[in-house]
Amino acid sequence: MSAYQFPRWTSSLRPVIGFAAVIVPTYLVVLLATGLSAENLNVGYAPEQPIPFSHQLHAGELGMDCRYCHSTVEDGAMAALPQTSTCMNCHDKIRTDSPKLKPLRDAAISGDAIEWVRVHDLPEFAYFNHSAHLSAGVSCVDCHGRIDQMEVVRQEEPLSMGWCIDCHRDPAPRLRPQEHITDLGWATTEDRRLIGEKLMKDNHIDPRTDCSTCHR
Amino acid sequence: MANSASANNLDIFPEDLVQGTNDFHSITETVCGVIEAPKPPKAWYIIFGTALALLGVLGAMIVYLVTTGVGVWGNNQPVAWGWPIVNFVFWVGIGHAGTLISAVLFLFRQDWRTGINRFSEAMTIFAVVCAGMFPAIHVGRVWFIWWVFPLPNQMAMWPNFRSPLLWDVFAVSTYFSVSLLFWYMGLVPDLATVRDRAISKTKRFWYGLFSLGWTGSNRQWHRYERAYLLLAALATPLVLSVHSVVSFDFATSQLAGWHTTIFPPYFVAGAIFSGFAMVLTLSIPARKIFGLEELITLRHIDNMTKVIMATGMMVGYAYAMEFFMAWYSGNEYEGFTFINRAFGPYAWAYWIMVSCNVLSPQIFWFKKIRRNLVVVFIMSLFVNVGMWFERFVITVTSLNRDFLPSSWHYFTPTWVDILTLVGSFGLFFTLFMLFCRFLPQVAISEVKNVLPQAHPHHDAH
Repeated sequence: MSAYQFPRWTSSLRPVIGFAAVIVPTYLVVLLATGLSAENLNVGYAPEQPIPFSHQLHAGELGMDCRYCHSTVEDGAMAALPQTSTCMNCHDKIRTDSPKLKPLRDAAISGDAIEWVRVHDLPEFAYFNHSAHLSAGVSCVDCHGRIDQMEVVRQEEPLSMGWCIDCHRDPAPRLRPQEHITDLGWATTEDRRLIGEKLMKDNHIDPRTDCSTCHR
Repeated sequence: MANSASANNLDIFPEDLVQGTNDFHSITETVCGVIEAPKPPKAWYIIFGTALALLGVLGAMIVYLVTTGVGVWGNNQPVAWGWPIVNFVFWVGIGHAGTLISAVLFLFRQDWRTGINRFSEAMTIFAVVCAGMFPAIHVGRVWFIWWVFPLPNQMAMWPNFRSPLLWDVFAVSTYFSVSLLFWYMGLVPDLATVRDRAISKTKRFWYGLFSLGWTGSNRQWHRYERAYLLLAALATPLVLSVHSVVSFDFATSQLAGWHTTIFPPYFVAGAIFSGFAMVLTLSIPARKIFGLEELITLRHIDNMTKVIMATGMMVGYAYAMEFFMAWYSGNEYEGFTFINRAFGPYAWAYWIMVSCNVLSPQIFWFKKIRRNLVVVFIMSLFVNVGMWFERFVITVTSLNRDFLPSSWHYFTPTWVDILTLVGSFGLFFTLFMLFCRFLPQVAISEVKNVLPQAHPHHDAH
């Protein structure tokens, strides 16, 4: 019996093998890296809400302060959603017959909560405190983007661990004085880094990056 | 052979590495015969069946562990490192004989390695597979095991390069890949032999595929020998590095009983000691079952027992030196740890270790015993047991008496601990039995090189 060798046609595979050995791993790495990146998985999430509430109208055109509705943001870990009664402060006089606001009126009568869909949803194992960030000088806009320009709220930032750590390692360029904390469009001609560094020094801001800072 | 008999009469010539009336052809017949036999020997079925059942036990234990959590093991403060680490170090250590035999003895031109190198390289790879499994499952949430590798990720999380646990990842994975490559490369010419002799189409295809188109031309042999030499040189430092790094897991921590500079050489000696014992445990039955007695001879076994005796005494020296240092340093914590080790709650484990590792190999001073297969086999089991207990003693006795007496705790393994260890033997022997049945157990081409006929002066004197 003749010795078994690779059939002749397998020789034609040789250039392809070299090609595949480079292309396939590269493709897989790129596919995995982009497919699993928080930028691609999380950013752009904009669920439909029970009431088509427009932040663009309320916070943008009407100029309402974030804290009018999200009233606990400076004091608590959670930035609370407004009670129905907060909405009704105005809406028992304004657009009282709008069909879009029917769920609001129903909720006001029944006393049930409106089931808003949470857009910025951190996992349970990550501890986050709004008040700590605000008092350090991190503005709403740094994590939530230009909410005042959003008809429908969407997630602007990846909210990934690496993204959090980026800022915890170098917070200076993101910090701002307290008086501009909810001014989403705030801009200055001064050097943001210098402002931030001064704030860090004056207020002893030293964000930690050890595991138990967020995973308690 | 006339000249083999004459060589035996002279003391300065060691007995032949191949016994009986073997020639080039009969060696091929003997080794390939195991693969080509329509059915393996009955003993193969018994061992393989048992191993497969134990492998099932291992699988069940891993499923139970992963679905329930690491609480199913006995590990708990202060003994946070329990059996998983003990088993890991035990299995990694076993692997060392393979690399020593295949690489170091090759570079030192020790011809007696040829009979057993294939065997022990296979053993190395399967032992490292068993070893690698333990750190992987002991993280509990096994799907996060990729965190041990420095892979960029959205968490900006990076392994700590100052930690010996990370060095371990590199040391063991390098060791595994180099050993696998070395083993496979050595297999290529033999696989081609099996391929050329194969009758069935399937066998011809698979052996053909893995023998990479080997034709046995001069040029191929030339490159093969070169590559083999290079790989042997590459693998040689690994004999020292892998278990040194494993010992750093202990030695770099600030714990009395672990924090000593003797650990790297002590661990390497222990690893070679246990590895040779395992080669004996495997080869003594295998040469009998598969009829390889003329290729794996009493001289091989004799040599291995000598290595065991030498490394056993090194290990014994290390045990003694640890005690000396504990006293000489004047460090009371160190002193307490070692008194506790020998006379504390785990004294039974310590004395099992000493009697198996230090005392028992001493009987190998006698040539008669070195050549008594039953005694050697039993002694090899003793060494395996002793070396497992060595890792147990190091890990558990140092941890169970914490600096705070309030946290002292007597560690007991759970049934899951025990069945996982037993199951890992199932994994090991399943792989090994498959190797015995489907791959040439002895390096055919290399053994032919040590035949008298292969010698240029054959028949000249």
